[in-house]
Parts: sequence; structure tokens; C-alpha cells
Amino acid sequence: MTDLLDPPVQLPPVPPAHEAIEEHGHDEHHGPTGILKWITTTDHKVIGLSYTITSVIMLVIGGAFAEILRAQLATPNGTLVSFAQYNELFTMHGSVMIYLFAGPFAFGALANIMVPIQIGAPDMAFPRLNALSYWLYLTGAITMLSGFFTAGGAANFGWVAYAPLSNSVNTPGAGADLWIGGLLLTGFSAIFTGVNLCATIFYLRAPGMTMFRMPIFTWNMLVTAILILLAFPVLTAGLIMLYCDRHFGTHIFSVQGGGVPVLWQHIFWFWGHPEVYILALPFFGMATEILAVFSRKPVFGYKGMVFATLSIAALSLGVWAHHMFTTGVVLLPFFSIMSLLIAVPTGIKIFNWIGTMWRGEIWFSTAMLMAIGFVVTFLIGGLTGIYLASPPLDFFTHDTYFVVAHFHSVVMALVLAGMGALYYWGPKITGYLLNERIGKLQFWFLFIGTQVFTFPLYILGLEGMPRRVAVYPHDPQWKFLNDLSTFGAVLIGVSTILFVVNVAVSWKRYPAGDNPWDAQTLEWFTTSPPPHHNFYRLPQIRSERPTWDYNHPEHRSLGHGTHPEEHHDEVSSS
Amino acid sequence: MQTPALPPQGATVRARRWRRLRRTVALPLAALALSGCTVPSFGASAGASTSSKSVFHLWQWFSILAVVIGGFVCLLILYAVLRYRRKGDNIPKQSQYHIPLELAYTVVPILIVFGLFAATLVVENKETANPTTNVTINVNAFQWGWKFTYPGTNAFVYGQTTQNPEMVMPVGENVHFNLTSSDVIHGFYVKAFNFSRYALPGVKNEFTIMAQNTGTYFGQCTQLCGLYHSLMWFRVKVVSQSEYAAWIATFNNPADAAAAKAAAKTTYQQTSAIVPAKGSTTKFGR
Repeated sequence: MTDLLDPPVQLPPVPPAHEAIEEHGHDEHHGPTGILKWITTTDHKVIGLSYTITSVIMLVIGGAFAEILRAQLATPNGTLVSFAQYNELFTMHGSVMIYLFAGPFAFGALANIMVPIQIGAPDMAFPRLNALSYWLYLTGAITMLSGFFTAGGAANFGWVAYAPLSNSVNTPGAGADLWIGGLLLTGFSAIFTGVNLCATIFYLRAPGMTMFRMPIFTWNMLVTAILILLAFPVLTAGLIMLYCDRHFGTHIFSVQGGGVPVLWQHIFWFWGHPEVYILALPFFGMATEILAVFSRKPVFGYKGMVFATLSIAALSLGVWAHHMFTTGVVLLPFFSIMSLLIAVPTGIKIFNWIGTMWRGEIWFSTAMLMAIGFVVTFLIGGLTGIYLASPPLDFFTHDTYFVVAHFHSVVMALVLAGMGALYYWGPKITGYLLNERIGKLQFWFLFIGTQVFTFPLYILGLEGMPRRVAVYPHDPQWKFLNDLSTFGAVLIGVSTILFVVNVAVSWKRYPAGDNPWDAQTLEWFTTSPPPHHNFYRLPQIRSERPTWDYNHPEHRSLGHGTHPEEHHDEVSSS
Repeated sequence: MQTPALPPQGATVRARRWRRLRRTVALPLAALALSGCTVPSFGASAGASTSSKSVFHLWQWFSILAVVIGGFVCLLILYAVLRYRRKGDNIPKQSQYHIPLELAYTVVPILIVFGLFAATLVVENKETANPTTNVTINVNAFQWGWKFTYPGTNAFVYGQTTQNPEMVMPVGENVHFNLTSSDVIHGFYVKAFNFSRYALPGVKNEFTIMAQNTGTYFGQCTQLCGLYHSLMWFRVKVVSQSEYAAWIATFNNPADAAAAKAAAKTTYQQTSAIVPAKGSTTKFGR
């Protein structure tokens, strides 16, 4: 055990209970056990664990699709899959990763488990609605994937389903309908989770937990939840319109009936661009927490971080048409400047992350390595995104591998942060640590694999290779870069296998204790795993890191604009 | 005992500073600006049209900024990671705010962003301008091929998948394009022009391109359009203006035109036997 936690951390002695606020009596929870517990539970931790397992399975499925795609592109005239299968595979790769992994993993799994504990709440505000969210998500996932078992195969119009390619003439078959149905179900699941998170954060904070004492992860989840509520209903409406076009003879997106195909793109991206931040903000929050804990410092520029998150969310609602610069039917300058401006709050975040590490005492645990890897990878993805906000540059990179490389830099950064979060919070959820040695190996495979995978794609895009092509016989010299990218994808695949191996190897092996990382926020004050209603006692909450203040009273948070002496007085008088 | 009038001390210092600044910053920058070839290409290329070249220069300036800023941030991360690794069980100073610094990294990016936006606007306005032109080409995209017609003449080119069409256009002349689609959304993309535009059903997308170099360039559909999206290629042949006029004239000979039409038709039927095209040949007439 001790070799896992190098350098050894001096844990403070367990404080006597009377120092803390008594929150709950020692009520033992009696309920069903075994499989029945998993099916009937309304406990946010158990639901969150179901979400975690399901979404990691989706990551593995989506990743397997990606490996097949990369194998197909390893030669200019790949024959591993047919054109039809290739279209199905990249459609489902994108759909699984975006709809079934990244979102549910962030707000279904980690936020579901961590937000209530971080704010000292016993559960989510609406536990039954929370259970409904999970079952809708699982049903939606199965519905979407079941397209593979229909006669026409799964949906094959890309994860963006542009009309009129997605209408019943161009894409007949049940696979497309199952895709729409599955997406509707997971969309409702996301909306319900958004409602639940908002209500939980607004109404169930513990005494003393003011808005500006919430951990950054909780802040980001609040903003994410608000974005979900603004964006997902639009997608739901669009999907219903699409279904009506396919089956009930409406002509919303078809020219023949007086409809407008580009309307679908407006609706889709009005959801789709906030969705980018719905995916990203939770992972920003995870990385922020990890960077602070393993630097042994508070989050640098905490309030600036919150305002940056809020302005990203606000701007994200006005940039959707930068996905449509090449349609020729949108106002270029407006969407260009709005998109460019997002670089500002994002830059603030990156500088705040560096400021958090600055003059810290950085402990390179697996979680910290993942978080640093996230910052570097996200920096690359962010900088290449700035090009795409400029219409003339977008004209020549749009729908080429440059765009694919850009958003894979971004999403692979999110995967790094998410993996870091599993190493960081996993012990809190399960009570057991993961093996650090395998973890570090996994990090290097994932980090190097990501760069080897994306860099050739940037060059390929600039050389003119379009996305979503199954063959490229006209330019066989692209083979080398494609092979390099495929090799990177294999490294990423190995890292995923290492993660699964790590979970198997570490299974109930390294007991974690309540606070193995000397962490700062409220979830580390309770036991690992937390009891049924999360807390037996709570510390005084006088800053955004009550556990740290409790364990290190001499190094407690100074708070904004207060001198240490002043602050000390305030606390002792309270 | 008159002391000679010395120039004020501050001015010399300022002048010396300015000279040093000019040497260290201004001169290399000027050299960089004068000799365009010293700026690295950052993976893109200048291309073969007027706007592709200005887009390429925009690309270069964006890339210089990206490399400078990205390199600076990477160095900061690297320094933090190497310098502040945990050595003992010390708790560092719990500093959390530095308002001037935070303001600096808010304001400076805003200024950079507006600079980038200004540069974007200049190039964008040049690229999307619609000057009067003598040559017009109608481009029609369909699953999975292209039809190029030349209004006012008898000339046309079409082909699909395994028999890809070759569009002909004159060099050194503004050519007006009307881009349409017969079925789903396609992407008209010519790498040598550093340009792409969607072909939308029900919409006529217009743009102007002036080719600067003769040659044959590859083009491809970039927007997923169904089964044979991967094979929806075409070529752009940029020829001298006299060659262009001669090429147009070949279609005026009725015999030649009929032969060309027949050849195109056979080609179409042949390929449709290989590739099961959706719809029928009447698709063009829509």
C-alpha cells in the first residue's frame, strides 16, 4: 500500500466528532440487496455507478468502432469493411461517443455521484427522476445500437444526420429510426438529469455552502445543467420533426414540399454547439479539482474561473453557425467574432490551471498526470479551434481531417480528464484505490497515443483528405500519415485495455481510507464509500474547501480579499 | 564657464532603447514580411488562385500566433511541472488571487482576438466579393457525381464515381460559379483553391474564383452524401484563355457535340452498371 502513495502523506488524526456539526443520526439503511438493489435503487451513488459502468462500456464499444475505422484507412484501398459498413461505423462511433459516452459519463456518472456529496446533500433533489434518467439512458443506448441487427444496418448518415440525407428516401430502413428513437430517449434522460442537478444545487446545499463556496466541479455542473435545459429540448424538437418528415409526410426539411434542409443544421447545431460545452465543462471541472488537490493549493483565480465558465456558456449559445460557414447562407462576421471570443474565457481557464500548479507542491499521481495531459492536449485542440472560427480558414479546412483532428484533440483531452477523475474519485466511490503503476503506464499510452493519433490527421486535413471517406486511391502517399494515426489509435486502445486490467488487478485490493489524497472539498470528509445518505457529520463550511480547512486549520483558505488575521477572527467568532 | 548644451538625458536613453528595439524586433519582422518565403507554410500551401493565396497568408499569421502562444503556454506548464514537483511534506503558500495578472490574461487575449477578427474580415471580404465576370460555370452536384455547364455556350461536362468529370476554366480571369445540388447536400472542395462550399438542394450558392496558375487540380465532395461519397471526385483543368476559347468552340460543332453527348451518355450508363446509382438519368432534368 505505502508504495502506492509516494510521497507518503501525513494524514491528520481523526477529529473528535463533537467538533463537527451532527447532520444525521446513525441511521442504518435497510433495503434490497444484490441485483434487486441495482434495479430498484434511487440512491444517487448506486445510479451513478450504473451510469459509470454503462458509459465506460459505451467508451469501449465506440473505441472498438474507431479501431475498425482506422484499420480500414491503413491502406488507400481498404477492404476490411464495405462502404455501407464504413458509413454505419463512423456514424455509430460518433453517436456512441457523443450521445452515449461523454455526456452520460460526465453528468450521469460523475456529477450524479459527486455533486450531492460536494455540497453536503443527502441525495439528488428528485431521486426517482434520477432513476428514470438512468433507465431512459440505458433503453436509449440499446435502442440506438440495436440498429446493427436490422436488415438495413445501423444509421449511416453521420452523427449529425444532415437533411435531406437523413430522410426516408435517402436513408430508408429501421436503423435510422432506431437512431432517432434512441437519441430521443437519451435526450430526455439528459434533460431530467439537468433538472435534477439544478434543483439539487439550488436547494440542497449544506449550511454554510454559499454559491461561491461550491467546488468548481459543482459550479461547472450547474452551468452544464442550465445549458442542457436550454439546448436539449431544441434537439428533441428537431428529432421529432425529422421523424415526422420520415414517416408522416411533413416537409419541414425537404425542398420538394417547400421545406428548408438547412433548417435541420440550424436546429442541430443550436443544440450541437452548446453540447460541445455540455461535454467539456464537466471535464474542465474534474481537471480543476485534480490540479488543485495534487498541487496542494486552492484553485487559482476561483472566481475568475466561475465567470469564465459562465461566459463560455453564454457565448456558446451564439456560435452555432460556425459549423455552417460553408453553407453560404449564414452571416459570417457575427458567428466568427462570437466563436473567436470563446478563446478568451478558455484562455483564462488554462492560465488559471497553470496558476494553480505555480509554486505548488505537485504530486504526480496518475490522476494528476491525466489532468496535466488534459491541459496540454486541450491547449492543442483549443488553438486549432481558433483557426476554424475564421471563415476563410474554415472554408479550406471544413470537412477535412483538420476538423477531425481538432475535435479529437479536444475530446481526447476530455477522455484524459475523465480517466483522471476515475483515478481521483474512484476510491471515494468504491473505497479502493486503483494501482498507480499500471495507471501511470496507462497515462503514457493514452497521452502519447493521442498525440500520435491526432498530429498526422492535422497534416492530412491540410493536404486535402476529406473526412468520412472509406478509400483514398487517388492519393496513395497519404498512407504513411494514416498508418501513423492508426498506430496512435492502437496505443489509445492499449491504454483502455490497461485500464480494464487495472480495475481487475486492483479489485478490492488497496483500501483507500476517507481522504487518500489530502483533498480539499466536502466529499473527502465522509467515509469511502459514503454511507446511505452521505454524511454522518459535516465540518464548518467557510470556504470552497471545507475538508482542507478542517485538516489544515493553519493553512485554511484566505478567502477573496481578506487578510489571514481578519479571516481567523471571523472563523473563531462564528 | 559655459557648459555645452547637452541633450536631455531621457531622450538619449529613449533613443537608444528604440534603436535596440528596432534591431531586435522590427528588423527581423520587416525581413520576414518582405521575403514571404521565409515564413513557414505550417502544412498548408499557397494554392493556385488569388484568394487561395490570401487565405494562405492568413493561415500563416494565425499559425505564427498559435505557435508563439502555444509554445509560451507549453513552456509555462513545463516549468511548473519541473520546478514545483513535490519534494517533501510541505504545504505551499495558499495563494489564490492575483488580480493584475488575471486582468492581464483577460485583456491581452481580447486584443489578440480582435486583431485576428480584423485580419479575418479583410480576407473574407476579398474572398466573398462578387465582381462582374465574363465566364460563368454552373456546377450541379448529385449522388454521386458532378455536372458542369457553361451558360451561353454548348459546353458541358459530367460524370460520376469511376468516370470522374474534368471541369475546364480559364486562367487569370474571374470565373463566377453557381453551385446547386439535385438531391442531398454535397461539398464542392478544390484543395488547390483552399476553398469549399456546400451544394445545397433548393439554394444557389454563388462565388467567384480567379485561377492564377494553369494545371490540373483534384476536387472532391467533402460533405457526406451517402454510399459512394468516397468516390465523388472531379478534376479542375485550368488552361490559358485561348485554349479555353478553343475548348468551348469544340462544342459548337454539331457533330462533335452529338459525339460528346453520346460518349458522356455511354460513360454514364457504363458506370451506372458498375455503381448502382440512385434515381435515373432524368435526374439532371430536374
